[in-house]
Amino acid sequence: MAQEHTETVPAKLAERTVEEGGYLAEPVMGEVPVRKFNINFGPQHPAAHGVLRLVLELDGEIVERVDPHIGLLHRGTEKLMEARTYLQNVPYFDRLDYVAPMNQEHAWCLAIEKLVGVDVPRRAQLIRVLYSEIGRILNHLLNVTTQAMDVGALTPPLWGFEEREKLMIFYDRASGARLHANYFRPGGVRQDLPEPLIADIRSWAEAFPKVLDDIEGLITGNRIFKQRNVDIGVVSRQEAIDWGFSGVMVRGSGIPWDLRRNQPYECYSEMAFDIPLGKNGDCYDRYLCRMQEMRESTKIILQCVDKLAVAQGPVLSEDGKVTPPRRGEMKRSMEALIHHFKLFTEGFHVPAGEVYAYVEAPKGEFGVYLVADGTNKPYRAKIRAPGFPHLQAMDWMNRGHMLADVAAILGSLDIVFGEIDR
Amino acid sequence: MTDIVPAASDTAVQAEVLPPLVQLGQQIQANSNGAIYGFKVEYGELTLLAERERITEVLAQLRDDADCRFHQLVDICGADSPERARRFDVVYHLLSMIKNHRIRVKVQTDEDTPVPTATSVFAAADWFEREAFDMYGIFFDGHPDLRRLLTDYGFHGYPLRKDFPMTGYVEVRYDDELKRVVYEPVKLTQEFRQFDFLSPWEGARNALPGTGYHYTLPGDEKATK
Repeated sequence: MAQEHTETVPAKLAERTVEEGGYLAEPVMGEVPVRKFNINFGPQHPAAHGVLRLVLELDGEIVERVDPHIGLLHRGTEKLMEARTYLQNVPYFDRLDYVAPMNQEHAWCLAIEKLVGVDVPRRAQLIRVLYSEIGRILNHLLNVTTQAMDVGALTPPLWGFEEREKLMIFYDRASGARLHANYFRPGGVRQDLPEPLIADIRSWAEAFPKVLDDIEGLITGNRIFKQRNVDIGVVSRQEAIDWGFSGVMVRGSGIPWDLRRNQPYECYSEMAFDIPLGKNGDCYDRYLCRMQEMRESTKIILQCVDKLAVAQGPVLSEDGKVTPPRRGEMKRSMEALIHHFKLFTEGFHVPAGEVYAYVEAPKGEFGVYLVADGTNKPYRAKIRAPGFPHLQAMDWMNRGHMLADVAAILGSLDIVFGEIDR
Repeated sequence: MTDIVPAASDTAVQAEVLPPLVQLGQQIQANSNGAIYGFKVEYGELTLLAERERITEVLAQLRDDADCRFHQLVDICGADSPERARRFDVVYHLLSMIKNHRIRVKVQTDEDTPVPTATSVFAAADWFEREAFDMYGIFFDGHPDLRRLLTDYGFHGYPLRKDFPMTGYVEVRYDDELKRVVYEPVKLTQEFRQFDFLSPWEGARNALPGTGYHYTLPGDEKATK
């Protein structure tokens, strides 16, 4: 038997005919001619998560080099911001990471508040934290389920988007817009939440862990999902630090670092929540972190809802030089009318200085470096997007992986081009 | 029983103790061997002013020093102040997860003088420097791959410079006859209008020296003619 077997297999590949799977070209000195492949991944590719063009250099199916070409969604946000007042700039932040818009607005408001020195009322702080956590769930739902889609599963995004739709309606009911909320203001939020909305958020948050169980039932133990994600795109602790990673990208590698806990802002210090950590730093651990973070966010949402029932009062600072007067007041007070007019034409002045304000956005550390020159417009505003250094790492993360893993790694980096290209 | 320290000496000790950030700034400056020529603490943030030629040395010191341990580069960005001789600032933001503090380092440069690259100290500096080059035309000496990053293929100019118009110079449209996208000079149906909403009083108050902002009261420009 053994002899027969050896006879049917040609000793050298070069001796095979084309029908047997051999090579057409004549081998030189017994070597098989190697041809490197260069292929374009994107800019229009469903797994590119937006308009990303990757120039891949392949040796067979093995990735040897990745050169991401970004900027196809570059809108010059930072340039535009220099020509607009501080308040007019808030909507630009919705359009950065459009998957979790309010988290971005938060960073901008924190930067202004730091310079102006305006206090945020307690109820506004709770609403901001509540909606930041809703944003986190919005983001993770999209990322986790589309990552599953990138590796072949179709059902998870359908289930995830059903929940996202409910959360978008909460956005809508608070701000009037599903996506580009423009809800946070320097000094608080635009307007108070109605009681029925808070009650609906509570009942949603109580039911949501069951939905997460369902999604986990689809993905977590799934054989194909594990084959595609376990031990793929491993990031060591040192690499995560060297490459400027933040958010789930460092926590997935086991570094206990969360700005909500380590450098708390707003009223995160009084919230009870856990920070899930990964062990192996691969795509699968990052997926697990995101799933657990959604559960923790749900806990924070419920705590905010409880605290909101007690914390009544204004949701916007009463400082008339920064925040507009209420409409009812405007009808009666000349002073209020003047303030309103000045705030929406000239805008408020921000004292000269420079600050760096940051939030733990769903994707990592989202920062704003704001240079003010004392006028009503920012002199320079640099937006530090978490996805930017993450995408930069595509080259070394993909080296030696198979072509199919590019989509899995890209999915686990959690890329949104609105914030990377700006 | 603990010793009760008299209140008078207690306040005397406290008066000598500087805020921790000021202490850190003084210490870093003292250890920098002249590479850092100043620091300031504003809004609870420490900013170091460094010599351009020695920025890699400064960053390496901040990363490795036992009291600093700024092991992560958060951001590098440019900023433009055209009225200065060395018009560009390059701003580095660093973070220490070990000590849980942040720092900002600034160097100054102009259009022609390159800044030594930080890629040898922090791998993450690569794209941040490419972006600063793309947006401001700041050169980074020794950078492995200083290409444009965010702007279009074949783009001319540096868009975030203050003398670059917000509307840009070219616009694109799809040409149905040529069957491709063509570039044309920007045509605005109406001139871009930047309304001056600054009230003369507040504007004048804020036009402090060093802010880079000068406000002339309406009518005052006639006085110089």
